[in-house]
Amino acid sequence: MVPVRDALKQAIDEEMERDEKVFILGEEVAQYDGAYKVTRGLWKKYGDKRVVDTPITEIGFAGIAVGAAFAGLRPICEFMTFNFAMQAIDHIINSAAKTFYMSAGAVPVPIVFRGPNGAAAGVAAQHSQCFAAWYSSVPGLKVLMPYSSEDAKGLLKAAIRDPDPVVFLEDEIVYGVPFPMSDEAMSPDFVLPIGKAKVERAGDHITIVCAGKATHTALDAANELAGKGIECEVINLRSIRPLDFQTIAQSIAKTHHLITLEQGWPQSGVGAEICARVMESPSFFELDAPVWRVTGADVPMPYTRSLETLALPQRGDVVAAVAAVLGNRISEASVSQ
Amino acid sequence: MALKCGVSFMRLAQIHKTIRCLSTRTRPETINNGGSHAAFPGAKAPYTTEIKFLNEHSYEPIPIYRVLDSNGEVIDSREEPDIDKDTLLNIQGRISFYMTNYGEEGIHVGSAAALSPSDLVFAQYREVGVLLYRGMTVTELVNQCYGNHEDPGKGRQMPVHYGSKQRNIVTISSPLATQMPQAVGAAYAFRRAGSGRVVTCFFGEGAASEGDAHAAFNFAGTLNCPIILMCRNNGYAISTPTSEQYRGDGVAARGPPAGLHTVRVDGTDALAVYNAVKKARQLAVCNTPVLLEAMSYRVGHHSTSDDSSAYRSTDEIQKWTQEESPARKMRLYLERKGLWSEEQEAELMREGRDAVIRAMQRAEREKKPNWREMLQDVYYDMPPILLKQMKQMESHLEKYKEHYPLEQYQSEENSA
Repeated sequence: MVPVRDALKQAIDEEMERDEKVFILGEEVAQYDGAYKVTRGLWKKYGDKRVVDTPITEIGFAGIAVGAAFAGLRPICEFMTFNFAMQAIDHIINSAAKTFYMSAGAVPVPIVFRGPNGAAAGVAAQHSQCFAAWYSSVPGLKVLMPYSSEDAKGLLKAAIRDPDPVVFLEDEIVYGVPFPMSDEAMSPDFVLPIGKAKVERAGDHITIVCAGKATHTALDAANELAGKGIECEVINLRSIRPLDFQTIAQSIAKTHHLITLEQGWPQSGVGAEICARVMESPSFFELDAPVWRVTGADVPMPYTRSLETLALPQRGDVVAAVAAVLGNRISEASVSQ
Repeated sequence: MALKCGVSFMRLAQIHKTIRCLSTRTRPETINNGGSHAAFPGAKAPYTTEIKFLNEHSYEPIPIYRVLDSNGEVIDSREEPDIDKDTLLNIQGRISFYMTNYGEEGIHVGSAAALSPSDLVFAQYREVGVLLYRGMTVTELVNQCYGNHEDPGKGRQMPVHYGSKQRNIVTISSPLATQMPQAVGAAYAFRRAGSGRVVTCFFGEGAASEGDAHAAFNFAGTLNCPIILMCRNNGYAISTPTSEQYRGDGVAARGPPAGLHTVRVDGTDALAVYNAVKKARQLAVCNTPVLLEAMSYRVGHHSTSDDSSAYRSTDEIQKWTQEESPARKMRLYLERKGLWSEEQEAELMREGRDAVIRAMQRAEREKKPNWREMLQDVYYDMPPILLKQMKQMESHLEKYKEHYPLEQYQSEENSA
């Protein structure tokens, strides 16, 4: 069993060993081993040249990372959390995502922006939000969202090797969670493909599409529902952009029912995008009931624990949504809200 | 275009003595030393028993280095750079033949001449002189503005947002000051590689108000990067005068506290800029970051959509167009040396104007880029979703080609 934190470190370590051009920069990444200890031991191993502590200015070190990528390096830019990356979003979107296009293909920007995303615990509105939908709307960016340790390692290695800029959304609460890792996944050659979802659990009755920590909630709900004779197919997207719609469509063709699950807000969210793609494709005719989105509440994250729990999708919300979709009671559920 | 600068090292050593380079060792003398030095991690400074607030008048203003006076005469012969004839004429040629950016020509051409062609340049958008000096042709510039199929940028960038990888000029970024931390990042990559290359980053005094600028100064200082941060202080950010842009002694005054070797130069004097950038490059190549503030006056409007007479007097503009014009100063200097004449100047202007008009006429007739290029270079490998759209468009155009002006677009076989 390997915690996600160590899987991420393994990925960075192996890629730094493999390619001299790879380096990591961010606040506290060097001597302090990273705010969440993802970079533990890397500074001792690689030194100041490749593990760079920066002054506290996201706009500055994100810009430094973009410039270093322009000049041929492969930076990993760690944000202490993605909430702080909003200060640097100009560099991520206006420069990293667009420069390959604007330079007519002359200047690739191989860079990974990574750090914890989404809701942590008890850190309220300004530290608890999901940016998957934000970044995934931008052409030029790739957006990855790992769930397990294998996801974390395989996807991060793919991101570091990728010639395009990648936004890599981790989850603070999952950092310490141990997952089994296969021998294959422990090998330095283990890389997962970008743009390919993983069917975490096969089932015939309903498809649940999710990513990141929401996958845990989905699997939890699927376990409970299995006890009631309902078999859910849980699709862990792994990659929000590019989005593996093929896997979703195949699953819908089998289950004819779909719910989406995410911690982010409902409007213009990842679930909204999936619904739109279903509408625009033959998958629409496969559905026996309307699609239902289970999302974070449409409010800034409250601090107090009882409200925080209510603001995030829980197992019970998923179970209720599955029951509503399978029972074709969507209209009732909508009216009752 | 090869640079043929015959400046000897001895000569530069002399310049070094006379250009006042401010370093962080310069301390304000106003503080009364109470005896011992404090050893706080954040400041190694003397103690004092007196409360004394420092303000913008606590320091002498940073002087402005110049070589030529308003009549193009060398003020101190020891400061006259030893530049060969061809380079001098090249400088004058580029300065005179400048499409906009009146008043700031000296900064760009003077600095471009002092840099190595392999040095990477991050420009803002007023540095066409650097591009011209590095051999970009009028035709290339005009094609970019027209976004035709000959534009090496494939018609994707706003007009005048030039870039040229082979000339080491990074594609210009519109959001103000984003190029500044990026330039420091590129300089960090050069330092790591021990490449002997230097990054020069141009920005205006308005851009220096952005958070990016502060971040760039801080990172350049803390990472010890081979960078020249080159501020063009032309007095106006669109309509905002420097008096509303900042307090204190300009942008240069922010350099020493950030750990940057700092110098201020007369930007209307190409030779002064040349000397200062030459020296700055020597420092930067040894990983000493430099801030250079070139003072000038933006004679032209901010852009074609601006009328600057709404916010400044014509008398003011007149003074800078006449007495302190960089092109005039350089011309008088060269005439005095017998290297240039009024006839040559007139001939150059005529040739220049003809070249631009011809290039514009040609550019207008050129075909538009192949439509497929719109979908290329979003990602390193074209993703299936874009590939699918391209195929759909192809079959659509095949079926309905008579409804589209396809002859105006470059065909696939001939596209870049």
